[in-house]
Amino acid sequence: MTQTPLLQVKGLKQYFNISTGLFRSTHLKAVDDVSFDINAGETLGLVGESGCGKTTVGRSLMHLYLPTAGEVIFDGEKLAPGPVLDSFRRRAQMVFQDPYSSLNPRMTVGDIVAEPIDVHKLYQSKKERNNRVAELLDLVGLSSEQATRYAHEFSGGQRQRIGIARALASRPEFIVCDEPVSALDVSIQAQVINMLEDLQARLGLTYLFIAHDLSVVKHISNRIAVMYLGRIVEMASSVDLHRNPLHPYTRSLLSAVPVPDPDKARELKRIILKGDVPSPLKVPSGCAFRTRCPDAIPACADSCPLLREVSPGHSVSCIRIPVTGA
Amino acid sequence: MENILEVKGLKTSFYTPSGVVPAVGGVSFQLKKGSVLGIVGESGSGKSVTAYSILQILTPPGRIDSGSVKFNGQELVGLSEKEMRKIRGNKISIIFQDPMTSLNPVFTIGNQLIETILLHTSRTKVEAHKRALEMLSMVGINDPERRMHQYPYELSGGMRQRVMIAMALVCEPEILIADEPTTALDVTIQAQILELMTELQHRLGMAIILITHDLGVVAGMCDEVIVMYAGHLVERGAASQIFYQPKHEYTKGLMRSIPRIEKDEKERLIPISGTPVDMLLLPKGCAFAPRCERAMKICLEEKPQEYWINGYNHLASCWRNVKEGTLAPEVPGKRPMIQLKEESV
Repeated sequence: MTQTPLLQVKGLKQYFNISTGLFRSTHLKAVDDVSFDINAGETLGLVGESGCGKTTVGRSLMHLYLPTAGEVIFDGEKLAPGPVLDSFRRRAQMVFQDPYSSLNPRMTVGDIVAEPIDVHKLYQSKKERNNRVAELLDLVGLSSEQATRYAHEFSGGQRQRIGIARALASRPEFIVCDEPVSALDVSIQAQVINMLEDLQARLGLTYLFIAHDLSVVKHISNRIAVMYLGRIVEMASSVDLHRNPLHPYTRSLLSAVPVPDPDKARELKRIILKGDVPSPLKVPSGCAFRTRCPDAIPACADSCPLLREVSPGHSVSCIRIPVTGA
Repeated sequence: MENILEVKGLKTSFYTPSGVVPAVGGVSFQLKKGSVLGIVGESGSGKSVTAYSILQILTPPGRIDSGSVKFNGQELVGLSEKEMRKIRGNKISIIFQDPMTSLNPVFTIGNQLIETILLHTSRTKVEAHKRALEMLSMVGINDPERRMHQYPYELSGGMRQRVMIAMALVCEPEILIADEPTTALDVTIQAQILELMTELQHRLGMAIILITHDLGVVAGMCDEVIVMYAGHLVERGAASQIFYQPKHEYTKGLMRSIPRIEKDEKERLIPISGTPVDMLLLPKGCAFAPRCERAMKICLEEKPQEYWINGYNHLASCWRNVKEGTLAPEVPGKRPMIQLKEESV
């Protein structure tokens, strides 16, 4: 497979200035040298614990923040302020975590959904606009009569559908889903996950699926990238990552996931990590994970391990993992 | 094993300006000494209100309408506030979901722990200080002396939850109610806290009521499980019965709708259709009937009765169990069996 990826992220860095005193400030390295590709039609899952920078990756690749360094190449063009970014903003959209705060309470559902097409002026007549709204609401399983209602009249699951309809309005090719189901109840989660899968198959969408719930990410993603303190520590196909996790962080993360099966849960051997994630202001030298790593050796403190491919399609950043295969 | 807690026909409602919300509509269960009981359900199913009713810490528009809560044979419903205070924290403790909002931000950890100890025991300040240090090291906080002088904002989420657990266990209660104790935490921290709770439970021999929406947490921790929907207990049984032979259509639906990390091949999820029930407009029959794929005529018209299945420790209130189950004896207003025809609506 030598197709060019739809989206390439190369050496993306996003630092925030944090004031530590009157004239002093320091960098918070939210995302530090992250690179990955997403092929057209696939779903890349991005997992990690809170504060690891997964949401920032999504936002800075969408250029909601101007990245500190690195480049994002979408469909062969490097993103930069100007016409390239304008067209990217139509072709890429986001779905947010909180369906309560991400919908404007003063706008009708119809206006919320139509906002992207209003902004990009994607219709000729008012009738065309309204037809498009009806079509979008229908696409996400809501009825077109609901277009005149307000967001507060809907349940959490329905609001998330509205958020998804809005993201689809400008006929995007790429959608960043930032924790789209974590605010929803289990029975509603499955509805939304299935809908995202159906829409992908029908409209040929490409997703970056950001979530902390490994079961959900595994279910929906083709490939998964695991982040820890602003860096990707492991990237592999969804099945490979679960069958054969290599990085000690990935292994402990996977073993910590509660399994909804009493017999299996009892047999399971957990690798319980000691302590908390270090503050991103004081990232340990060398490998950021070494302070919690059960397999750490003195050499881990020397240099920051690079993400390297150890077997086809499986990359890991740990100096203790030997390269196998071709 | 003897029951340490017996809840019978507990009804709690919230009297709001827009109507009466029957948050808990007649729930009965028993908690065995030293066991772990899980209460699962979606938001608004009444699982937290059940716990708050046991401890009588409901906020004003809510109150217990009827029912009985017996702790070691002593009736708690109807006790005065003064008498309840002797139970709360001493015999039955609770930890909440969000450890940031349940700790006071303007007092140090030590201050809050010592206050709890002084309030509940007859220790002197010096003894209380010693006990507080002891509790902090018991819940796995290193350098407890330094932590005593810190404020809640200086601790991470996992640390705060450990402090909450320390505070709840100061008096070595017989029951610990944990209301979504790990929902706000990351998975690796969640694993730490659950391990700590299991270890402390074995060491102190207390019973735990674990309230959660995460079926994975329940599977790993609980001996018995209660499933709640719209304020009603829909199914109750041993963890293995609930997970392997669910008898209520809602429980079955829940099991089908969760993505399984342990399975290699990808299967399509089977969601429960529809939206959560509006508690102000509860349907006449079974509250789950409008979302149930196997609903029959009777489900829409009459509330299901509780049926015992395979002996007397597995209970489901679903009309689908009429044939194999026997009518649970403790249901008030017991009626003769109705002949049912399987008619789908």
